[in-house]
Amino acid sequence: MSEPLAPPAAAPVPAPAAAPLLELVDLRVTFATEEGIARAVDGVDLAVQAGETVGLVGESGCGKSVTALAVLRLVEHPGHIAHGSRVRFEGRDLLALAERDIRAVRGNHLALIVQEPASALNPVLTVGSQIAEVIRAHQQVTRGAARRRAVEMLKAVGIPDAEQRYGQYAHQLSGGMRQRVLIAIALACRPHLLIADEPTTALDVTIQAEILELLDGLQRQMGMAVLLITHNLGLVAERTQRVYVMYAGQIVEEAPTEALFAAPAHPYTQGLMLAVPRLDQPRERLAAIPGQVPPATAWPAGCRFHPRCPVAFDRCRVENPPLLETGVGRRARCWLVEDEAHRGDEACRRTGAPAHRGDEAYRRTGAPAHRGEKDAGGGTS
Amino acid sequence: MPTYLVRRVVLALVTTAAAVALTFALVHLAPGEPFVAGAEERFVPPETVARLRERFGLDRPLGAQFVRYVANVARGDLGESFTRRRPVAAVLGEALPNTLLLGGVALLLSFALGLGLGIAQATRSGSWADAALSTLALALASVPAFWLGLMLLLVFGEWLHWLPVAGMTDVVAGPAPGLAHRVLDVARHLVLPALTLALVNAAAVARFHRAAMLEALGADFVRAARARGLGEARILLAHAFRAALAPAITLAGLSVPALLTGAVLVESVFGWPGMGRVAYEAIFARDYNVITGVAVVTGVLVALGNLLADLGVAAADPRVRRG
Amino acid sequence: MSPLRRAWARFRSHRLAVAGAAIVAALALAALLAPLLAPADPLAQPDPVALQNRPPSAEHPLGTDRFSRDVASRLLYGARVSLGIGVAAALLAVLIGAGIGLAAGLGTPAVDQMLMRGVDVALALPRVFLILLALALWEDAPAGAVIGLIAVTGWFQTSRVVRALVLRLRESDFVQAARALGVGRWGLAQRHLLPHVAPAIIVSATLDVGNIILLESGLSYLGLGVRAPAPSWGNMILEGKDQLLSAPWVAVAPGLALLLTVAAFNLAGDGLQDALDPRRNR
Repeated sequence: MSEPLAPPAAAPVPAPAAAPLLELVDLRVTFATEEGIARAVDGVDLAVQAGETVGLVGESGCGKSVTALAVLRLVEHPGHIAHGSRVRFEGRDLLALAERDIRAVRGNHLALIVQEPASALNPVLTVGSQIAEVIRAHQQVTRGAARRRAVEMLKAVGIPDAEQRYGQYAHQLSGGMRQRVLIAIALACRPHLLIADEPTTALDVTIQAEILELLDGLQRQMGMAVLLITHNLGLVAERTQRVYVMYAGQIVEEAPTEALFAAPAHPYTQGLMLAVPRLDQPRERLAAIPGQVPPATAWPAGCRFHPRCPVAFDRCRVENPPLLETGVGRRARCWLVEDEAHRGDEACRRTGAPAHRGDEAYRRTGAPAHRGEKDAGGGTS
Repeated sequence: MPTYLVRRVVLALVTTAAAVALTFALVHLAPGEPFVAGAEERFVPPETVARLRERFGLDRPLGAQFVRYVANVARGDLGESFTRRRPVAAVLGEALPNTLLLGGVALLLSFALGLGLGIAQATRSGSWADAALSTLALALASVPAFWLGLMLLLVFGEWLHWLPVAGMTDVVAGPAPGLAHRVLDVARHLVLPALTLALVNAAAVARFHRAAMLEALGADFVRAARARGLGEARILLAHAFRAALAPAITLAGLSVPALLTGAVLVESVFGWPGMGRVAYEAIFARDYNVITGVAVVTGVLVALGNLLADLGVAAADPRVRRG
Repeated sequence: MSPLRRAWARFRSHRLAVAGAAIVAALALAALLAPLLAPADPLAQPDPVALQNRPPSAEHPLGTDRFSRDVASRLLYGARVSLGIGVAAALLAVLIGAGIGLAAGLGTPAVDQMLMRGVDVALALPRVFLILLALALWEDAPAGAVIGLIAVTGWFQTSRVVRALVLRLRESDFVQAARALGVGRWGLAQRHLLPHVAPAIIVSATLDVGNIILLESGLSYLGLGVRAPAPSWGNMILEGKDQLLSAPWVAVAPGLALLLTVAAFNLAGDGLQDALDPRRNR
């Protein structure tokens, strides 16, 4: 029996110097709303290499789902992708393609799975036929062949009684099974990149683990790259190689996963991590980030995080920082990266923001000090 | 699925029975005498009336009459028509197929037009074409069917002489016409009345379907289908239209009473020999048996229509089959 | 802004709906002022020979019919019939429907089932058939009877809508709170349910008027309802249908009047529906 999920023939070997599989350059998406123009995605640069798993983290309202839609050019009125944005996939700018060309990419080389499995399946069509239809849309196969492939996909995603399930409808399946079906649909044509937008958020906790394991296994088998979009830091820590942190429509930090969790550079990232309850630390009150995410129609002047940032100083209120290098393959959108002077401030010492010497906060997250200070005691790293 | 079916059939039977009972009660309890209409009353001697009443069993108590009637209906005997001196079943048997033909063609036509319009509008939502079609639909929905029929008759029948003006067939002198000729003849006569009924109903269908299609097109699964690279045509027909189908079928079932209603008026405008005409004449002549016969048949037709629609919905929407 | 003001603003923004409402208002005015506006007495037959079937002219803006009566005047008086019966029957139907819907929604499940099965059965027979029957058996039925019959055969949809609303509201928090405070059924209905149900009722009534006007015209066309010589748009078409070729204006004018009136009510009703419940798909 042939291997249903052999990796695609021309899978490139991931190498840092190679051109990225997916590259977003200055992506900007706006929405015309009653309250004004919402700049949901405001200058995002992001890259995914072939075969790697990249995480995109942020709270709801930061623009990460819109980013996913924009990659596939699925942003509809009243949304609008700005003219200067580029979405380069396998060397081509998806935003400049003709309609039929981008249709040939969607679901074929580039697939998307979304948060709500229930609503993404057509309730009046069998689940199996929806898998078969994607196969037939992109490949020249007979109906019979497509059906067989669809059944194989159902098996591959771990659905028992695949033959029988083929003819069932969405309402006859549990939430976890529906998500498996959606994964089957997404992977049916063996895409090179899978964008998974909160793939497990709507599922029970026990099922979440299963689905993630499934995705992992399939990814390894197929040599596929994955862009994992989520607000769940735990997921990101476990399963990604690089992470982008998004806030207020922009990337505020990017780093290899381990490094990010060891020593987050941006105050927002630090705040996110402090807000995660831990079992191996003494129980204390969770530190929430004060304030709320501002509306996309009115991003704050200067650094967009400054109203909620515990270590903000004058420059932050006036100028929005660009992404600044803070290490190998690491960047952060924070003036503290450049500004040595302010790092000694009381506030920085308290929160462990880019100054970080064995402070309380750092000890709690178990992060080693950023500037080569002694390892913080009492934590894992 | 079987329970669903049984429930629907039972409902159909019950509604038919109730409809018959209701008509029977209305007809028999209404003031006025059978056999004579209005002004003629004084000219008929009372002995004749009494004899006729006895002959048709109208002197028995009402309950007994009803029981006897129901028993007869179960046997297929709908009684005898006072005015025509023929079994009611025979009279209706001649008229019913004509009404079914007219109603059936009108239903199909109205849905073909209405669904097409609805889809066309939904895909052009907000454009001037959409607005124009909405205006057209509004006009058609606001016009009395019988007047529309008259206007169509005027234009196509009299002025342009394209189509015949009355009846179902032409009176033919000479050798009997062949089957093909007869079919064509009926078809020519069918066009205007069916079109009249269809146009008026299509307006309501279009409006309904436009909304249903817009809702389907905005659904998450449509966006998901686009994300998989499926073509717009396929999404429109295989996904959106398919999802909007179930409500359309329900609407078809609900249209049956409306079409039967319209048939009464339209048949009289075009002289189409159907049940509408029979009912109308019977009501004025107070021909009780014919009236109740029409009620029975109508009740059955409506119940059948709803039943078929329910089955259609179950076929189109798998979520319904659970119940 | 209060919900009512917002609804009014939304209504105003739909130009077609406003046009519809304006036309309805104009028609109502014309009907009311018919005696003042009509060029002639609608029943007068001044010159049965010379003025028979005259085409539109200065004296008779819409021509004359075969009894040499002025069509334009008859049209204006006919408007009274159509609008009067239409609005009265719609209001009555909606009141009955709302009453039954409230009773079904607030009552015990047994009462609810009984009422709703009754509605299902009543829907089995075509409305026209029942009305025809009743009117044919009742010689010279007064306009009130026509209104009553139309209302009694047409409240079903409203009752369903109201019942559904009431059932939903019954489970809502504020109603439960009221009941916990001991508010009785009648008080509930008045203060808590009616404000929510009223918009639906108004919309239902407005959209009904159009259908009722068409229904009444059909009845008149069949020779029932308002009978000659009193003019109604339906019986004008009946009289004019035999002269379609020689004097088309007799039948065309009332038909166009019907088209305009019903369309206006439909537009206004649509606008109301959107204004009072903007969540509906446009």
